[in-house]
Amino acid sequence: MKRFDSSSVEMRPKMVGQRIKRTEDPRLLAGVGRYVDDMTPSKTLHMAIRRSDQPHARIVKIDAGEAISVPGVFAVFSAADLEDEVKPAVPISTMKNYYATPIWPLARGKVRYVGEPVVAVLADSRYAAEDALEHIHIEYEALPFAIRQVDAVADDAPLLHEEAGTNVIISREFARGEVDNVIAQAPVTVRATFRMTRKTAVSIENRSYLAEWDRRRLALTLHSSTNIPGIVRDALSNCLDLPGNRIRVVAPDVGGSFGGKGSLYHEEILVCALARKLGRPVKYVCDRLEDLSATSQAFDQLIDAELAVDEDGTLLGLRADVIGDIGAYSIYPWTGALEPVQVVSFLPGPYRLQHYRGRVRGVLTPKPPTGPYRGVGRPASTFAMERLIDMAARKIGMDPVEMRRRNLVRAEEFPYRTASGLIWDKSAFQECLSGACDLADYPTLLRERDDARAEGRWVGIGLSSYAELTGIGSRISVAPGMPINTGTETSSIRIDATGAITAAFGIASHGQGLETTLAQVIADELGCRLEDVEIQHGDSALTPVSSGTFASRSAVLAGGAATMSSRVVKAKVLKAAAHLMNVPVDDLDASEGLIYARNSNVSMTFKEVAHAVYSQMGRIPREQREDLIASETYDPYFGTACSSTHLVMVEIDPQTYGVTIRKYVVAEDCGRIINPMIVDGQIQGAVAQGIGAALLEEIVHDESGQVVTASLADYLLPLATNVPDIGILHIEADLPNNIGGFRGMGEGGTIGAPAAIANAISDALSPLGVEIHTLPATPERIFQLVRSATRNAEGV
Amino acid sequence: MSKRVSITVSVNGQSYTQLVEPRMLLSDFLRHELGLTGTHVGCEHGVCGACTILLDGRSARSCLTLAVQTDGADIQTVEGLGTIEHLGRVQQAFRDHHGLQCGFCTPGFVMTITDMLLHHSLDTDDEIREALSGNICRCTGYEHIVNAVRELARERASFK
Repeated sequence: MKRFDSSSVEMRPKMVGQRIKRTEDPRLLAGVGRYVDDMTPSKTLHMAIRRSDQPHARIVKIDAGEAISVPGVFAVFSAADLEDEVKPAVPISTMKNYYATPIWPLARGKVRYVGEPVVAVLADSRYAAEDALEHIHIEYEALPFAIRQVDAVADDAPLLHEEAGTNVIISREFARGEVDNVIAQAPVTVRATFRMTRKTAVSIENRSYLAEWDRRRLALTLHSSTNIPGIVRDALSNCLDLPGNRIRVVAPDVGGSFGGKGSLYHEEILVCALARKLGRPVKYVCDRLEDLSATSQAFDQLIDAELAVDEDGTLLGLRADVIGDIGAYSIYPWTGALEPVQVVSFLPGPYRLQHYRGRVRGVLTPKPPTGPYRGVGRPASTFAMERLIDMAARKIGMDPVEMRRRNLVRAEEFPYRTASGLIWDKSAFQECLSGACDLADYPTLLRERDDARAEGRWVGIGLSSYAELTGIGSRISVAPGMPINTGTETSSIRIDATGAITAAFGIASHGQGLETTLAQVIADELGCRLEDVEIQHGDSALTPVSSGTFASRSAVLAGGAATMSSRVVKAKVLKAAAHLMNVPVDDLDASEGLIYARNSNVSMTFKEVAHAVYSQMGRIPREQREDLIASETYDPYFGTACSSTHLVMVEIDPQTYGVTIRKYVVAEDCGRIINPMIVDGQIQGAVAQGIGAALLEEIVHDESGQVVTASLADYLLPLATNVPDIGILHIEADLPNNIGGFRGMGEGGTIGAPAAIANAISDALSPLGVEIHTLPATPERIFQLVRSATRNAEGV
Repeated sequence: MSKRVSITVSVNGQSYTQLVEPRMLLSDFLRHELGLTGTHVGCEHGVCGACTILLDGRSARSCLTLAVQTDGADIQTVEGLGTIEHLGRVQQAFRDHHGLQCGFCTPGFVMTITDMLLHHSLDTDDEIREALSGNICRCTGYEHIVNAVRELARERASFK
């Protein structure tokens, strides 16, 4: 038996930093995970929804008479039938000139987008419920509408919400310095109108909801494929007038979200109201057509931006006018400000820039509401800014890497206040840039590109550098006065009488492996074995307030709270053990499930200590005895900067105009890494979605307001053949000043990839003078750009 | 409602005889009639591959197959490959390489790979990615899945 001295104590194996295999995996791999649609209690009524096929129309009449007599159908509901059952959800905010569009479960009076729920059918099977849909006759009076954001902002545009008096319900400006003067006098300026088109998250599991009403307790349980169970619980408590101890929202295994399941949905309110009304479980599973028509959408930003630089490449000034298409409703709870405001607040990027003005308008259009999707406003802002940087670099004949090197904020300048008021505390901006170049062997890549270009091939290199705020505390809100708290996270840890360790959180893991990573943090801080920790999450009943997992918050906030509560419990355990072992408490430590004295052989297991504390009366003196529990809430107050550089080489096929990615590297500063395998997986997954946004994905509404990309054969997702191997460099530099030293991560790929790929394509086609201003850069778009550039060159 | 039809089908080695509507999808039959919810439904139009099972030994989309088409057939689903206590070889490789995040597409991948290992050349990464191109994963970006398949393919090669 080894003798421990104080130096060897520090070398005990740590879980944080190790590639621990996930505890979630066995059940998911064996096919016994439990997703919402896997549950069908007896007497479940299955819901199907008749959705609007009109972009904007008054509902004149709903005739469901025939539908009721379809075999298997139990009931049919429209908004009028639910008037007394629910109150609307209202996405409040104190923003000036904002209108909080009330959200009802079913369309009242009029419909505002194709796909909006109008009538709900309940039947003994989904098949029967869908049969009934065809027998519902709805008479609409079509109303005028403006489908494009540029048209919807016009003063005389038809209004989607008359009460708002306008379609522009979000309006914000960030400014610093004298940008108009600076641009007017600048030696070099570049300008373009950038368009990032509409996307949707497409989780492979469709949104699914099952509401159960307990008639004994008059209590409701909603099983929801959501990443915000706490937020949904609080909202439904209002909508249904049920106190929080009689309404519970549980997210079981959830098949991805990426933000698409991160808002309150009509159907969630619906299944709850109907389950309570009918006293039977009500289940609704969205199908893929409905998902592509009606789940929240994102990234739809039109950015008119101009950058001024000096002849030596120094950034002088930036101004931008942005129109964000926020769909038909201000989404609950984030409000329609969620994405548009982040576009202008993050546009200056990780650069030194004194003079700036970013204006944004969020405009209502007849489309599903704009909601969270990985990266939120940052993919669009990074696309615009990084394109401008490359355009400026090309104009002055400077290498794009050098251009960034000159302008990225340097270590000695932290904390740096950006022109939009964000604070970069400290992050490895420069090291990520040089790291990505080293990893990719940039000089060799340049030679390869030039050799290929000499052969007439369309090969290009592009990069993007960005910074974002993650792990955000209570100081920063998505929209001022919005009805939720995203800035705190609670960890409640208890060791029970059997010595079992349970840790409950308000987060809601849906693929991020938090059951594993939080257990790693706790094992290190508490001194128990990883396998003895049971992580509970995804359940509004676990903590007094909870929100969920989104905005790259869980490692920082839940990891921080877990650290705090572990330390409190550990202190209690050691205090009890000190008494039991008759050893001074300062001589004790805990590791791998054992409490041991540093200077002797004496040790006890957690189980033995728990048994003594809980089950042996009088073993610990009454006045010293404490339960081995703790509940701590962590608020990092600010956010932490997280940064990265992406570097990519592409080749464009001159026959098909298809883009192949030849090389992709990411250098990321994400602080102290809990599980490198999981971090790599997040980067790879996010880059894949970024590739989708750059090359493949686009939700299209045609001029008649119909969504024409409502299948996976139209809305194209990246496949294994579209995504390359990704070289990843982790820079665990100067750790941030939060508990644990973690930075949030996970969204970086969608933020960095579209910009880097757009730059690479522009570089590849630069001999033709083609610039990418719109994404996705589909073969059709590239073809049109090349053809038009070629014709211009030929004077056609 | 159309007349129900009796089918007898073997699933993971166990025989089931049931009455089904002709229009019932195999995916719904497996999930809701037999309670084998490991097979997942992602699109119901044959694109995402989450519903992939083995039908008479070859991979098939259960969302594009009618239950009545499987009368007399032999079906294998992910539940037949292993258990929590004893994961099958493909499942274990996924665990070792972190080839899953939310787990929803995973059963479909595992069944596809089971078929590919038996019937396809997987000597290069390009061949592996091609073999996986009928299954969509939104979480992983595929690289760790490719790593898992590369290991399985090498193992298969060493048995030859």
